[in-house]
Amino acid sequence: MKPSKLMVHHYIINGVRRIGMNALDICATFGRAGWFLVQSLNWGKGFKAPLSRLVYQVYNLGVLSLPIILVSGLFVGMVLALQGYHILVDYGSQEAVGQMVALSILREFGPVVSALLFAGRAGSALTAEIGLMKATEQLSAMEIMGVDPFKRIMSPRLWGGIICLPLLNLMFCVLGIYGGALVAVDMLGIYEGSYWANMQGSVEFYGDIVKGVIKSVVFAVVVTWIAIFQGWNALPTSMGISRATTQTVVQASLAVLGLDFVLTAVMLGGF
Amino acid sequence: MISKRLEISVGVFVIAGILALVVLAFNASGLNFTDKDQRYILYARFENLSGLSERAKVSLSGVTIGRVVSIELDTEDYVAVVKMAIDKNVPLTTDTSASILTAGLLGEKYIGLSVGADEETLMNADEIEDTQSSIVLEELIGQFLFSRSE
Repeated sequence: MKPSKLMVHHYIINGVRRIGMNALDICATFGRAGWFLVQSLNWGKGFKAPLSRLVYQVYNLGVLSLPIILVSGLFVGMVLALQGYHILVDYGSQEAVGQMVALSILREFGPVVSALLFAGRAGSALTAEIGLMKATEQLSAMEIMGVDPFKRIMSPRLWGGIICLPLLNLMFCVLGIYGGALVAVDMLGIYEGSYWANMQGSVEFYGDIVKGVIKSVVFAVVVTWIAIFQGWNALPTSMGISRATTQTVVQASLAVLGLDFVLTAVMLGGF
Repeated sequence: MISKRLEISVGVFVIAGILALVVLAFNASGLNFTDKDQRYILYARFENLSGLSERAKVSLSGVTIGRVVSIELDTEDYVAVVKMAIDKNVPLTTDTSASILTAGLLGEKYIGLSVGADEETLMNADEIEDTQSSIVLEELIGQFLFSRSE
């Protein structure tokens, strides 16, 4: 049967309607996520009890992420030095490898790679934890008992993430630069003085190090926000939790990479 | 509820993070707060800096003895005035000459000093009279072509 003219209209209108529904859905999700962030940033009353929860989260998110961050920092620095050396040696300026390693790590690799690793290591765990709390109705139980789950559960995790990631980024950078020195100086035989002197001549404290930390703070907010929101928003089933965990890693990674471009453009004064 | 060991590890974590910042600040960016009485200031005028930047090295016989602090334009003579901070332990004679050099083929610009034979030494805020601007490749090529055509 050929579709009548009326049927075609029906399909078109249905298609437009679906686009509209999706757009409304996206807007609603962003709205809920924004309100969720505002509520989660609220520290709550008192100092001592929230602080001990925060300390536990810093341990959970930061201290336990140390091995992966430090090892990858070391290897990223070593690989950068190796690659940079083989490119620069063609121009006879292999002494500039120190400055290349330091600038690329401080500006880009440190904040971005540590945020990606943080999303994979800590973000997914946060989502799964909160999603399971929701599935087993612990969050509802808390509300019934008069405990605000935002202040009790979300806030320490969000602040923990905001504290941890910049610190992890700094350690990543240090390990990366020393890893680069290890390869460049000890393996490839570049004079140690020129490795450090070239670096110190070109790296600026505010322009490179502080801006890297600012980037890292932004990434920390975004990654932790996505992680806890996905957990809170997950369908309370095993399928829903697994999907939310995957979504956390995917969305957080994309957000980090996209935001990195925007931040770099703003910081370099492209706008 | 939270064990002591956990709290200690968090404390160590935070301290390590701050230490990392300090290490980066001093080792990577060469930030130094060394007191100003360890250095003295010299000025030099150049016709053309061509790429010399602030914080560039000032070296004597290949040894770095100071850094460029600031670069300004003298609007009367239209020459660049470079302010340098030099290590106090290195006295320079009054007939010291300064020239802008390039480290390697593509390397950074720096100021190379060479000491003369004078008895007197430069004091704080003195000026190096004998300066040589950096060689601009385009001018050099232009001169070469001009001399060939004659």
